[in-house]
Amino acid sequence: MSGSTADTPARARQRDLFMAFLRIGLLGFGGGPAMIPLVQQEVVKRHAWLDDEEFADILAIANTLPGPIATKMPGYIGYRVGGVAGCINAVLAVILPTILAMIVLLGVFSRYRDVAWIQGMGQGVVPVVMVMMGQLAWDFLNKSQLVLGWLISLTMAAVAGVLIYLLGVHPGWVVGGILAAALLRPVPKQEATS
Amino acid sequence: MIYWELFLAFFIPNIIGYGGGPAIIPLIEAEVVGRYGWMGAQEFAETLALGNALPSPIATKMAGYVGYDVAGIGGAVVAVFATVVPSLLLMLGALGLLYRHRESPRVKRMSQWVRPVIALMMAWLTWSFFSEGIDSAGLLHTLLIAAVAAVALLRFRAHPAFVVLGALVYGGLFLG
Repeated sequence: MSGSTADTPARARQRDLFMAFLRIGLLGFGGGPAMIPLVQQEVVKRHAWLDDEEFADILAIANTLPGPIATKMPGYIGYRVGGVAGCINAVLAVILPTILAMIVLLGVFSRYRDVAWIQGMGQGVVPVVMVMMGQLAWDFLNKSQLVLGWLISLTMAAVAGVLIYLLGVHPGWVVGGILAAALLRPVPKQEATS
Repeated sequence: MIYWELFLAFFIPNIIGYGGGPAIIPLIEAEVVGRYGWMGAQEFAETLALGNALPSPIATKMAGYVGYDVAGIGGAVVAVFATVVPSLLLMLGALGLLYRHRESPRVKRMSQWVRPVIALMMAWLTWSFFSEGIDSAGLLHTLLIAAVAAVALLRFRAHPAFVVLGALVYGGLFLG
């Protein structure tokens, strides 16, 4: 960005990026994967920074990498549209407002933690999170069962459970080992189409 | 060194966390609650509840808040950096390579093979929230709130923000 006060094309572009990803961040309820249609709406339909095919390719690439999808997409698209500044700009627009909201709300909450009814509010929310986490667990198991079958899914889960919770192996080693196996083990012939 | 621990606590879950934001949550819990003990199960549950009630990615909200809680603004910056930057740099740096392999069965099965483990860690976390609920709110309240929340979320597809709000009101009135 130049230092001039006029609304240069570069500056307008950064502003468009910021506003687009701010909207995506504020409307994106339900976590990263739920935000993808919003990203497509802004980036392909509204601003035409990418076409549909490029968007699909970038989404596929982002999915081959670990980490939250909702920061890889803005980061990459911001970089394409506005360089390094665009990358930082787009990522911050998505994540900053709600991080600040978290810090302020939870900060107030923990300051009054000693008050009985505030404490009650904190207790009331635990079972809700339990339900949400239980649903996620079921979703993941079900998706896994569709691809791997029940027997393999449950066996893998059981072995991982013994390693992590009974033997105290750090989950990073377990997950890392599986990732390495997925990457390095030969692919059966009928699957190796590409 | 607290900043280095914060970096590791968020770098590791995010670099092995295939399957999007939610898959990272049990891995983060293993670091934040299990390994470093920065938070108890209830505080983690509260943070997660608020995180689920607000928009934008869950991983960065958790990182920002936990980082801030542990080591102030600097902690928040380090934790968010560890969440966002490594995978983004990989994406920008290795785009050509990744583009060629985006349909590769090896790459596809990475997230498929990890899923059962993540599912189990999520189930374990569900159980730990359950026992935390019994300890703090009691069995009856825990089952009641969980049942109402399950019906609202699963049957009526209610927005998580409203369900969390409802639980806060109920807790404020009847618990504590």
